[in-house]
Amino acid sequence: MRWQEARWGLFFISPWLIGFAIFYLVPMIASLVFSTYNFTLSAPDEARFVGLQNWQRMLFEDPKTWESLFVTFRFALISLPVGMVTAFLLAVLLNSKNLIGRNIFRTLFYAPTMVPLIAAILIWSAVLNPQTGWINRVVEFFGVQAVGVNGLRWLDDPSLIYIAYTFIGLYGIGNAILINLASLQGVPTELYEAAEIDGANWLRRLWTITIPMVTPVIFYNLILSVVGLLQYFIVPWVLNGGSGYPEGMTNFYMIYFYKQAFTFQNMGYGAALAWLMFIVALVITLFLFATGRYWVYYSGDTGNDD
Amino acid sequence: MTTKSKDLSYYQRAKRQREILVSGAVTLLGIILLSIYLMPLGYGVITSLKTKAQVSDPDAPILPSENVVFTYEGERYDVLNVPTDDGIQEWALVKKGRGSSTFLDINNPEAGPIEWEGNWRSLEPVRELDVQWSNYPDAWNTIRFPRLLWNTLVYAFVTMIGTLIASSMVAYGFARFRFPFKNILFVVLISTIILPPAVTLVPTYAFFVNVLHWGGTWLPLIVPQMFGNAYNVFLLRQYFMTIPKEMEEAARIDGAGPIRTFISVILPQAAPALTAVALFHFFFAWNDFFGPLIYLAGNRDANPITVGLTEFNGLYNSDTQLILAAAIISMVLPLTIFFIAQRVFIQGIVITGVDK
Repeated sequence: MRWQEARWGLFFISPWLIGFAIFYLVPMIASLVFSTYNFTLSAPDEARFVGLQNWQRMLFEDPKTWESLFVTFRFALISLPVGMVTAFLLAVLLNSKNLIGRNIFRTLFYAPTMVPLIAAILIWSAVLNPQTGWINRVVEFFGVQAVGVNGLRWLDDPSLIYIAYTFIGLYGIGNAILINLASLQGVPTELYEAAEIDGANWLRRLWTITIPMVTPVIFYNLILSVVGLLQYFIVPWVLNGGSGYPEGMTNFYMIYFYKQAFTFQNMGYGAALAWLMFIVALVITLFLFATGRYWVYYSGDTGNDD
Repeated sequence: MTTKSKDLSYYQRAKRQREILVSGAVTLLGIILLSIYLMPLGYGVITSLKTKAQVSDPDAPILPSENVVFTYEGERYDVLNVPTDDGIQEWALVKKGRGSSTFLDINNPEAGPIEWEGNWRSLEPVRELDVQWSNYPDAWNTIRFPRLLWNTLVYAFVTMIGTLIASSMVAYGFARFRFPFKNILFVVLISTIILPPAVTLVPTYAFFVNVLHWGGTWLPLIVPQMFGNAYNVFLLRQYFMTIPKEMEEAARIDGAGPIRTFISVILPQAAPALTAVALFHFFFAWNDFFGPLIYLAGNRDANPITVGLTEFNGLYNSDTQLILAAAIISMVLPLTIFFIAQRVFIQGIVITGVDK
């Protein structure tokens, strides 16, 4: 009977087992092997074994590797906190009993997430147009005269481009808002009532009850955002053509990988770059899990300490 | 006694007033934030209805409008707002001059030309609301929308069915059966979420394009979707675990095997979760960009809407109004589906969101 149950279990998960073997396990190993060769797809027969040369070049001789990783991190450092804080605060707002028509607000705040990313990027690029877009009109309206004749050049000015990209990124935070919202609804109301009797004001309740109670979801959003930002590609690709313009600010890691693997057809080197991305993602995730022990609060594991 | 109840009602009134005030303030804040948040979409819609000239004119009004033209004896003249002794008049500019220009009163052209002293360039043109609906058919025809939509829809539906079947099977396996290494396998499944797709991309690409010669076709994009995916399996497993076991046991006593039980007991029970997965997948497919970009390179006829839009953007980048019209056409279907199904959809995310 048990053997039969196991057989049925394996039968049901077999699509994933097969898919995992074909599309994850084998390609990952192959990718590691590929990274020790130099070859292009147009002439795969001329593949040449080079040992660890690709890895050596990537890690020690190619400044672009670290430069593009640095660019990606620098952008993440701006975009990640802005996105997460915005998603959290909007969820708090959408959870407020004082908000009239909550469901309509929830739907409308979620709607931009359903707009195809490419369409959103094209609209944003028009909104950010220095001469005719609305953003500069708003900036001018608030009396910023420093805008100059041509206006703020959001996508050409290295000091502004990440702000522009961060704005665009806010069109994808709908899922984070909803997950935050679901978790806010799970906070027991007794906690708030008790705090209210003790005289804690709104801000204090947010800080000492709400935030600790939703840290698991913040943690989950953090990991997904980090992994997503490491693969940041479409926005700079569509808006700045993957050229690195302006001043190398858009040389994101994924763009560098794409260019090496598919534009220059350096398949072996591309495979090495992809593996480095995986190692970086893994290290960051493990690091976050290690630190998570100190700040992520799971209501399930109380009681054992005292 | 009376004073006490009076005090109470005064207190209650004050409390209610305070509540209304807070509600008003919070809702107002919500409206302000929402307007800021949706502003780009509004800009997109309004700008897609303008003429090309208006889009590129920084001083043009915000709403779609056109300069008024006055036709007199077969000639077309711009109409300007001219300040006169009788207030501002709408006059047609007949002859431009340096120091003075000749105008016609559009309400009384027979009265003959009027000389006006001053620089005509300083005058504001008269505008009227003029919505360029024709931008939409223009965009539709230029970008070959039917082709792009068809490609995207076929991709979305074929892979939706594949992923629904595979993911629900796998989810059922993990939710209900005991087998060796089950927990390890589940952790492996979940950790594929954080695996950057780039790691597997180069060999997979080489295999599809060089070995199977599937470059330029949809097959490399469709086939991998047929084996289930971690997000969907996770969501469905969470849902399956909430279905009472008694129902399956009853089916088993009636002689149904696991496959039969799965199809006629579990799947009908899980309709909401399956709908959520179907919708998630639809939006994923509608948005997919990177895969089509690399696999369909060189075969323009196979492009999905995302790649088609970026190509259009590259070719017509001076026609902002057409690009925005195309962008808006591409979002009509997803937004419609979202608004119709938003309850199911949001519920689906909540299922994954809670219970982590």
